[in-house]
Amino acid sequence: MVTGGGKIYKELQSASGPIVVVDRVTDVAYGELVEIICGENIRRRGSVLDISEKRAVIQVFEGAQGISLRETAVKFLGRTLEFNVSKELLGRILNGVGLPLDGAPLPFKGETRSIYGSAINPVVRDYPMDVIETGISVIDGMNTLVRGQKLPVFSGNGLPHNEIAAQIARQARIRGSAGNFAVVFAAMGVKNDDAAFFREELERTGALENATMFINLASDPPEERLVTPRYALTLAEYLAFTQNMHVLVIMTDMTNYCEALREMTSARGEVPSRKGYPGYLYSDLAEIYERCGRIRGSSGSITQIPILTMPNDDITHPIPDLTGYITEGQIVLDRELHQKGIYPPINPLPSLSRIMKDAIGGDRTRPDHAHVANQLYSSYAAVGNIRALAAIVGAEELTDVDQKHLKFGDAFEENFIGQGKDERRTIPESLDRAWQLLSILPAESLHRVSKEEINRYYSHDNQFTQDGGSD
Amino acid sequence: MKHEPKLIRINGPVVFADRMGNASLGNQVEVGREHLTGEIITLENDIATIQVYEDTIGIKPGEPVRVLDEPVSVLLGPGILKSIYDGIQRPLDKLKDKSGTFIKRGLNVPAIDLDREWDFRPVVKTGQTVTPLAILGEIPETELVVHKVMVPHKYSGHLSWIAAPGKHKVTDVIARVVTEAGEKEITIMRKWPIRRPRPIIKRLLPNVPVITGQRVIDFLFPVARGGAAAIPGGFGTGKTVTQHQLAKWCDVDIIVYIGCGERGNEMTQVLEEFPALKDPHSQKPIMERTTLIANTSNMPVTAREASIYTGVTIAEYYRDMGYHVAIMADSTSRWAEALREISGRLEQMPAEEGYPAYLASRIGEFYERAGRSEITDHDGTKREGSVTIIGAVSPPGGDFSEPVVTHTRRFVRTFWGLDRDLASARHFPSIHWNSSYSEYDVSRWWEKNSSLSWSDLHRKAMEILKEDDRLQNIVKLIGPDALPDRQRITLEVARMIKEGFLQQSAFSEVDSYCSPEKQLAMIDIILCFYEKAGKLSATGVPASEIMQLPVVDKIFRMKEEIGNDEQAKFTEFKKIVEESFME
Repeated sequence: MVTGGGKIYKELQSASGPIVVVDRVTDVAYGELVEIICGENIRRRGSVLDISEKRAVIQVFEGAQGISLRETAVKFLGRTLEFNVSKELLGRILNGVGLPLDGAPLPFKGETRSIYGSAINPVVRDYPMDVIETGISVIDGMNTLVRGQKLPVFSGNGLPHNEIAAQIARQARIRGSAGNFAVVFAAMGVKNDDAAFFREELERTGALENATMFINLASDPPEERLVTPRYALTLAEYLAFTQNMHVLVIMTDMTNYCEALREMTSARGEVPSRKGYPGYLYSDLAEIYERCGRIRGSSGSITQIPILTMPNDDITHPIPDLTGYITEGQIVLDRELHQKGIYPPINPLPSLSRIMKDAIGGDRTRPDHAHVANQLYSSYAAVGNIRALAAIVGAEELTDVDQKHLKFGDAFEENFIGQGKDERRTIPESLDRAWQLLSILPAESLHRVSKEEINRYYSHDNQFTQDGGSD
Repeated sequence: MKHEPKLIRINGPVVFADRMGNASLGNQVEVGREHLTGEIITLENDIATIQVYEDTIGIKPGEPVRVLDEPVSVLLGPGILKSIYDGIQRPLDKLKDKSGTFIKRGLNVPAIDLDREWDFRPVVKTGQTVTPLAILGEIPETELVVHKVMVPHKYSGHLSWIAAPGKHKVTDVIARVVTEAGEKEITIMRKWPIRRPRPIIKRLLPNVPVITGQRVIDFLFPVARGGAAAIPGGFGTGKTVTQHQLAKWCDVDIIVYIGCGERGNEMTQVLEEFPALKDPHSQKPIMERTTLIANTSNMPVTAREASIYTGVTIAEYYRDMGYHVAIMADSTSRWAEALREISGRLEQMPAEEGYPAYLASRIGEFYERAGRSEITDHDGTKREGSVTIIGAVSPPGGDFSEPVVTHTRRFVRTFWGLDRDLASARHFPSIHWNSSYSEYDVSRWWEKNSSLSWSDLHRKAMEILKEDDRLQNIVKLIGPDALPDRQRITLEVARMIKEGFLQQSAFSEVDSYCSPEKQLAMIDIILCFYEKAGKLSATGVPASEIMQLPVVDKIFRMKEEIGNDEQAKFTEFKKIVEESFME
């Protein structure tokens, strides 16, 4: 962007929340970075949202407190919001706009990049094929995570999404390779405790030296949240596609991000669409989620695990809804399972991993993987219907097969979905466990697995098929 | 210099320019110093509103605007097939050569390779009279498709010259026609405005089915050649997999696949998978008949709006050559959202859910570009072509009462409603038999092509599914044991139809494509079982005992165990089913 740059305007026309209007500007570009000088040492950043010949509408990122019409000056910087990225940022803790929170100065060297990035050309993408083994049965077995995938966790308030994300970050490994691994963590509007939890978790496991944390707390200005994920992903893109690292990006909580966006657009007086969110929420989220994947000519990858809390546990709310349309599946946490004391309370039925089908099976995991996963889905879906029926007619009235399904349902929840917070099961272990549980059901009712597979793996004689069988 | 148009305001993808009095609506413009492509969408006094098809960050008021004296158009000619374009027909592989991994803006690359030489073979002679759309010559475009060079719409007269067989570039003149307005030169390549439908000269009734190899579609809810179908469904209900299945297997000549505001990795999957997959009819890679338009969700929203029109215009062009074309548009909701976003930027009065009031008419215009046409050449030979549109709809929360679904319903005649519960149980395709319908009458085609009566089997299968739906409500209250045996058999056979017939795995080698003969043979066996089981239960044999018969498990597995070309095995298997009731 070529511009005069550095021009200072001393008079603001209006300031309303995070929106500032300056009149009589010249040579200012759309999207240009702005410095707002509120006093001796108070400088904030913003960007141009709407520019006409006479007037610039500016969105302030770092809180609008203290802006006055007379005392505040605005400086147009002639470039967009940029971030100086380097490997030195690993091990650092930064705030939501990329400034250090850990006392040390920012690295001097590095490559300067616009935080908005550009769209990856679809022909350059490489299709994700390497399974990430998280050690969590219900993910590995039924919703396998793949390197380069974006797989969000749909949670609710009070559910253990943070523990699950931390467990994935701790346990995740690629079957058969180590590779250089990095974690980029972006927190948007999170509680102090949550930020502390992740920081301690990364420190405790020694992962912090290969991680960068961007932390925007609930008490920080909401405007900052709009750029936090973009800072994080700019770094992730550099690490993955320039430094060839495998980057896991955890973003929490996308709901706070969307709330901040709604706040901002309503301050701008835009026409709202569903539930007051802007009509371009989908495009805006896509700009974030699509910065993910693998590309040809680089051995690195970006895998995203965005976490969002569904308002009122409602999966049809615009935030989870639009997210689900962009991401490659979702992991859905379930309050009822949580109340039963099952950890991780992941409900497999609404959960999905869209790209597992090409990544699993054969030598990559095990040839029966896809069929077993399908059979678990089918049988567990049947359990739901039978439980509903049992609630009305009583379990005694059920047919023998239905009774076995009830038994399977309970054992499945407890022993397949349920596992310890530090328990790591390999994929073959998870699949063996699945077969043991499926063996509670009559072999004739298993239509999704082949006869050969039944002959090989089905067994009447295991810990779950015997009466009272449980761990 | 003073009267040159220039930018006066920039608001995201929408910009405003003044001194535009001479421009017309729909004109293509070049915006700013980087010559970004845009289109005029409103004119007021001297000021034009322009939607820009690329990112506008860094553009300033005062930058120049150049109005091109033509509407936004696509280039039509050989080389479209096997290509992958963005929403405004820029070839993505060429963009990669220019800008690497990330798409930079302001890149202008022609959609068709202007330097490549093609083998042209004339099929007409000098002196011959030609009418609009008459075929002048042929170019082998891919292994599967012969490109036909046609006379443009407005020209008719006699040929004063036609090129000899040989190598030609797309910009070469290959014929001259003397028309009433004088002699005109005809090149191989030409332009067509994306928002103007290519006219259909004679419309034929859509009564021939598109055979997709998907049982729930071909057998229960067919779409006809030249028809329009919608697949609405919430996320994770299998819209994209269904679209991919259709693109892979349906028996048309050309596929235009529009990834409109969808995932980048999905387009990558198509790019990796299609060249490796063989068409069951020709045994050639299906990429040889496919063109892809990929405007992923993070690419500019305005180009997403245009992508649908780019795709349908290309489809109409191949239809005019005499090909059957199917368009997969995934997803029309993203296109509707692009309309909403642009209309919001224009501060237009919103109607339902923030969508502009013209949403319904835009949806209608799009689906009305489907059709089956017949073109008669000057010498009386006829050729038939069709455009079939299959649009995915992504309703928020899977709610079919939202504006895009409700308006789409008005313009399509096949509706494949995807169901979340089926998807949760991994019953795919999750097209639900109760919410879906097809208004196309394709029975005549089946009569001609099969010895079994499709109409009869279809009616009987639907009756069982309807009856099952009614019985399920009772079962929910009192359990299946309370039903009389006759009805329990209906329940079990309905389950057989659902799990053993309608459910079809896209990832199974045997079952991914199911031939029409196999479809009818399978349902015939299930209905035969139903009839025999009904008779047997009338003699007092309990339903539970009938369902224990060893053939039951075999019926559930026949889709996997008997292949498309093993029709004799079905005849044999039907006998076994019949015999098992005799004992």
